[in-house]
Amino acid sequence: MATATATPTGTPGPKVNRIGLPVIEYRGGKTTLCAGCGHNAISERIVDALFEMGVQPERVMKLSGIGCSSKSPAYFLSRAHSFNSVHGRMPSVATGAVLANHTMMALGVSGDGDTASIGMGQFVHMMRRNLPMIYIIEDNGVYGLTKGQFSATADIGSKLKTGVINDLPPIDTCAMAIQLGATFVGRSFSGDKKQLLAMLKAAIAHKGTVMLDVISPCVTFNDHEGSTKSYKFMQEHDEPINELGFVPSFEEIDVEYDAGTTTDVKMHDGSSLRLRKLREDFDPTNKVASVHTLMEAHENGEVLTGVFYVEPEKPSFIDLLNLVDQPLGSQPESATKPSAEVLQKVMASLQ
Amino acid sequence: MATGDLALGHEQSKSAVVDARARVVNDFSIQVATVNGSGSQSANSVLLKSIFDMGVPVSGKNLFPSNIAGLPTWYTIRASKDGYVARRKRIDVLIAMNAETAREDILGLHPGSAAIYDEALNLRQYRDDVVCYPVPFDKITAAVCPEAKLRKLVRNMVYVGVAAHLLQIDMASVEAALHKQFAKKQKAMDLNMGAVRAGAEYAAEHLPKQDPFLIERMNATAGKIIIDGNSAAALGAVFAGVTVVAWYPITPSTSTIEATIDYLKKFRINAEGKATFAVVQAEDELAAIGMVLGAGWAGARSMTATSGPGISLMAEFSGLGYFAEIPGVIFDVQRTGPSTGMPTRTSQADLLSTAFLSHGDTKHVILLPGSVKECFEFGYAAFDLAERLQTPVFVLSDLDLGMNNWMSDPFDYPSKPLDRGKVLTAEDLNRLGGFARYADVDGDGIGYRTLPGTDHPKAAYFTRGSGHNSKAAYTEKPDEYVEVMERLARKFKTAQTLVPAPVLERSTGAKIGVIAFGTSDFAVNEALDELKKQHKLDVDYLRVRAYPFNDAVHEFVASHQRIYVVEQNRDAQLASLLKLDLAADQAVKLRSILHYNGLPIDAESILSELAVKEGL
Repeated sequence: MATATATPTGTPGPKVNRIGLPVIEYRGGKTTLCAGCGHNAISERIVDALFEMGVQPERVMKLSGIGCSSKSPAYFLSRAHSFNSVHGRMPSVATGAVLANHTMMALGVSGDGDTASIGMGQFVHMMRRNLPMIYIIEDNGVYGLTKGQFSATADIGSKLKTGVINDLPPIDTCAMAIQLGATFVGRSFSGDKKQLLAMLKAAIAHKGTVMLDVISPCVTFNDHEGSTKSYKFMQEHDEPINELGFVPSFEEIDVEYDAGTTTDVKMHDGSSLRLRKLREDFDPTNKVASVHTLMEAHENGEVLTGVFYVEPEKPSFIDLLNLVDQPLGSQPESATKPSAEVLQKVMASLQ
Repeated sequence: MATGDLALGHEQSKSAVVDARARVVNDFSIQVATVNGSGSQSANSVLLKSIFDMGVPVSGKNLFPSNIAGLPTWYTIRASKDGYVARRKRIDVLIAMNAETAREDILGLHPGSAAIYDEALNLRQYRDDVVCYPVPFDKITAAVCPEAKLRKLVRNMVYVGVAAHLLQIDMASVEAALHKQFAKKQKAMDLNMGAVRAGAEYAAEHLPKQDPFLIERMNATAGKIIIDGNSAAALGAVFAGVTVVAWYPITPSTSTIEATIDYLKKFRINAEGKATFAVVQAEDELAAIGMVLGAGWAGARSMTATSGPGISLMAEFSGLGYFAEIPGVIFDVQRTGPSTGMPTRTSQADLLSTAFLSHGDTKHVILLPGSVKECFEFGYAAFDLAERLQTPVFVLSDLDLGMNNWMSDPFDYPSKPLDRGKVLTAEDLNRLGGFARYADVDGDGIGYRTLPGTDHPKAAYFTRGSGHNSKAAYTEKPDEYVEVMERLARKFKTAQTLVPAPVLERSTGAKIGVIAFGTSDFAVNEALDELKKQHKLDVDYLRVRAYPFNDAVHEFVASHQRIYVVEQNRDAQLASLLKLDLAADQAVKLRSILHYNGLPIDAESILSELAVKEGL
């Protein structure tokens, strides 16, 4: 393979990761989104997370629907195949792609319109299946490409530039994902580098469905006084429920947190997700408590961030289907085409 | 037939015997009228297979309501020594088991027909020109079936016994058919055979033969199989090595997937007990085709099966598949529309909407099987074509073909290796140094693709339904867009050379010709035989088997003065599609014979309309 190898000692060169690749190999095309768009910050964190975790770029499939968010896979990881599909239907395309090759990492990027409005049907069913993939919602509460209409995650009372006030309740995609069966659910903020990076790294180690709702202010249509998804609002109302640390299986575990206030969640690959409790009563492995905490935050007008729910050992959709180890897409003909004798037997049974 | 001879009325027992001159052997149809959900399907299947076992060509059609239980349903069996398997309008032997429709059923018969019915219905009151065979079904059933809750089912086997005796079907043949039906369930076998015998014995004792309809042993079914089109298509897919199946249940396509699952479970679990396939029942048809395309993109052979409403829902994704050039196989088992239409009635009315399914300049490759054998062959070929052409391929059958049992020659094993199309490996990329996904390297309009996971830093490309250039990069440049669209048109031309060619079914140098597709074939052949017999008129016949059409279609039209396009829809969809392809002076030759009442097309309808139009 023609990938970069670790820089020989003594030679100054770019820093490489554990598989010998410099971070530039994780970058994508130049973004065409607005300067300051939260989505660009998310793309950068994705690059960092994949680089730091030493993921082979060719082992990733990027999938998206339609919208500003769904364009972003073009702006990171050019060395990975990408599928920008149709509006609200990325989950089904991702499902098919993962079934064809479950040995790869599937990374889906969607938006709040793409997920919570047009794509709600596919979103909920994907969560139910616990398909192994990372599903990121770049959530700005607004339709950008059509110039600023509310989406279904916009908060009540949120105000558009035009003065229109949203009077319908928002859909909490995290609460839904937890209830429906996703096994790693969190919310972060595009401006919170540390939290988002830790969350993404843990997501990479997880084997079921990861659902991350990342609040990502729209600088053009939804970053003003009156918007509840603006940088300012998020800085004032962001209430982390836990501080995240993630220790991949290939790194030595060091103690960063005070043991008395942390929860370690062992990931299936031996990695460790360490959550420092900011809320004493919060247990990220308890579905009921997680949903309760989210509902409570809505009542209090808070935007909770953090990892709300983790269930590392639940069988994934691939386990349930009892699939062969080798990807279905590269099964040899000898494994998929029954013999002439088999057809003969079937014919005889029909005579 | 002279009706008077058989108009026996109340006095039938003393007068009627079979007149040797009136014997109708191996050429009649039976209709069984029952209630949906009463379990008559096994009995009807046994009756059909007994006739098959007698060596007589036979076909069966289930005319059922969109209902779980309680509504009327009819099953028609046609025995035809000449091998005609199309629906026949005329019913010769009625088995009336449904009190609700019995009066209507018997009133619909031609004089001289025969009716077997529950004696309580007293159908004789309605007709004195039909041979009546009243049978005390409940009494006979009770005697052979002590378990009350099974009687509703067993009762059906009693009419099998009565009919078998009256039609002179050998008991051994009935027994063989029952064996097939109940396989290893000895108890069910004994109970049902008991009911058959009791029916036959009753008929022997109490019902002297007075109608002319008889089954006599022939040798025309040796080596033949009986299968429905949906199972045949499923077999085709399984032998084509399908690995990802995503679907949403919809009549009449559901049994395609159910059969696929059965075969996959039998033949595609490997030595370690692991599945070399994945089946997902999706949340709707949009998701089903989304999964098919996702899987096709990532290298799997993927399929779905649906019917009209599902096809409508698949429109957007079909356009993506066309424009982003992703393989996938979609079986459409057509039922009547528009909208929900009549879900359990047949039609060929999805042709136009499927050909251009989706917005923009979208065109699809469609295969049109005309028999269960072609359901298997095209079910198989569709996967090769989809990967060769890198596009969704639609296989359009219909309810009649898909859900009914048909006699066929056994299917031949497709011994050629699978055609996985133009896929570049990491080694290819090392040699080439890179690739442009949508470049027309070979001049056939088909680019080269790579699969996700290909271990090469230059393997990746960006798949999108938005405007793209030959390197798969986003574009809004006029020239680059046109380049892609023209290449897609070129690819469609290439498809012409790869899809199943039309079959010249009859070629006598006649002035007039018929073009048809799919299940119309059976009725067309029978109608043209009759036309020759009755009017001494030869008509040529071309059966199209795919869209895009190839040159043979143009030549056929060019070499005839008039062309009748026979199809099962209101709007002359095949004729319309042909006219788009034909020069103006050729297109005017087309006229239509249309059938769209939800019942399978029959020869009599074609014959009478053709005769009128030709002034015969």
